[in-house]
Amino acid sequence: MTTHDTSGRHKEVPPKVEFRKVNLHYFSDEGETHAVKDMSFSVGRGEFVSIVGQSGCGKSTLLSLLSGLMKPTSGQVLIDGKPVAGPSPQVGFMLQQDTLFEWRTILENALLGPEIRGMDMGAARQRAERILTSYGLGQFLHHKPPQLSGGMRQRAALGRTMCMEPDILLLDEPFSALDFQTRLSIAEEIGEIIRREGKTAILVTHDIPEAIALADRVVVLSPRPGRLKSIHEIGFPSAGPARPGSMAAREAEEFRDYYHTIWTEMETHD
Amino acid sequence: MTETAPPEATAATPSVAYRNWIERQARNRRKVQVGRVLILLAFLALWEAAPRAGLVNPMLTSYPTAVWDGFLELLAQGSLGLHIGVTLLEVVISFAVAMILGTVVAICLWLSPMLEKILDPFLVVANALPKIALVPIFYIWLGPEGSIYAVAIAVALFITILMLYTGFSQTDPNKIKLARTLGAGKRQILTKVVLPGNVHTFMATLKANVGLSLVGVIVGEFQASKAGLGYLIVYGSQIFRMDMVMAAIVILSLISVAIYLLVQKAEGWLMR
Ligand SMILES: Nc1ncnc2c1ncn2[C@@H]1O[C@H](COP(=O)(O)OP(=O)(O)OP(=O)(O)O)[C@@H](O)[C@H]1O
Ligand SMILES: [Mg+2]
Repeated sequence: MTTHDTSGRHKEVPPKVEFRKVNLHYFSDEGETHAVKDMSFSVGRGEFVSIVGQSGCGKSTLLSLLSGLMKPTSGQVLIDGKPVAGPSPQVGFMLQQDTLFEWRTILENALLGPEIRGMDMGAARQRAERILTSYGLGQFLHHKPPQLSGGMRQRAALGRTMCMEPDILLLDEPFSALDFQTRLSIAEEIGEIIRREGKTAILVTHDIPEAIALADRVVVLSPRPGRLKSIHEIGFPSAGPARPGSMAAREAEEFRDYYHTIWTEMETHD
Repeated sequence: MTETAPPEATAATPSVAYRNWIERQARNRRKVQVGRVLILLAFLALWEAAPRAGLVNPMLTSYPTAVWDGFLELLAQGSLGLHIGVTLLEVVISFAVAMILGTVVAICLWLSPMLEKILDPFLVVANALPKIALVPIFYIWLGPEGSIYAVAIAVALFITILMLYTGFSQTDPNKIKLARTLGAGKRQILTKVVLPGNVHTFMATLKANVGLSLVGVIVGEFQASKAGLGYLIVYGSQIFRMDMVMAAIVILSLISVAIYLLVQKAEGWLMR
């Protein structure tokens, strides 16, 4: 990855997402938490990056910074070379917890973003119906979230995110509430959707196999304060020239090596 | 699809055990109804019989047939409708004012955490203070009519503010965070997340307030009034007409039941 040079911005396209020496401190009555320390890395256009690290190492914080919910204490968070100023429709965020509004139908949930942004609701409605239908929720547009299974709710949440037509997707452990079986198939499905639509995606997860199976690169963070520990390029040449789906990737012969390397790294403390 | 359907469709032919269960449920429901009616009848019978048998002084307790006669008498005088109307109007107005004012204040508190912090101790004290202690003061300040509304509103207002604010501040922070990622500001978080997410809080407050407004109005009427059920109770007791007092109390309980049913209807309609 080439380092970004501000004077040479005509020659180089900036990376889609870039963290530059980012620090973040949380302040509370109990004290100060140094959650993110000297974080620098970037994500290219259309790339799928997974972030792994122990609980509390600042993964969700990184995504919040990127989505403009808060500002770094120092350093810069850039999208398309411009500092993030606040929440933008360009960035879609799937939160760690299931946040569908139970008083709205699935379709109305998907229309929340367009409503807030004051978009053309007729067009948004058509878009939401098309997206949700393509995610297999066509029969459930007018159901309330509690009537849906966990997997369907997750797809509905993705639909709500996609309805804003973001080009960057932030996924914070989107599958953690699902049982193992559903988790595998939903991850495959959602990974497929994201790649098909050419979105830039950042996935935060505790699950190392999931991180490897979905991503082009895996970023490993050290325990708190979260620092960049290593970045692993993921590729499965044995499975053919194209990137295999997440299920096929788990079967590929390179998988075990990646898993072993990353697992060992997360276990060793320095 | 047709092949995966179970050979025996359970909906079409309920099993014997299930039919028995249904029957048992229906029998139990009937027992509950009968039990309620029996208790009411037993109470009325005892109330009627004890004074007539000379076990208690009828001057003190009156008895159902006398209450019924008292009720008919009030009705004949044509004043009963007025008393009920006056009390109902006072309840409805103070209930509505407490609800609207309380909601507005709770929203302001939610919008401004600083204001909430500053006002918190005052609200707690205002809520804990027995509002009935204020009746004489309200009477001096506002006169007989005004003091009734003032007590009834005071009784319901602070609990409204506290209940609603507590509900608002306990809104799922993740839902708020999600709305923020979609670009919502404070106003939109209020209208799209906090308010719709607190319909149940609103209903709970509504239920509490109906009763509280009624309490406030009756207490207010005790102090000073020319009409209303509270007035009827005080007046009846002063001229030692227990039948009149009891008739007013029975009407009050019927009003409570009616309001309760109304609120339940509203709840069903709001929650859909
Ligand atoms: N609002 C906050 N105020 C104070 N400290 C916070 C706040 N949010 C997070 N922290 C602290 O910052 C650190 C990083 O939090 P973060 O939520 O980013 O971790 P995470 O890697 O996402 O953890 P997990 O895997 O459990 O979701 C944690 O130690 C946490 O206690
Ligand atoms: Mg997290």
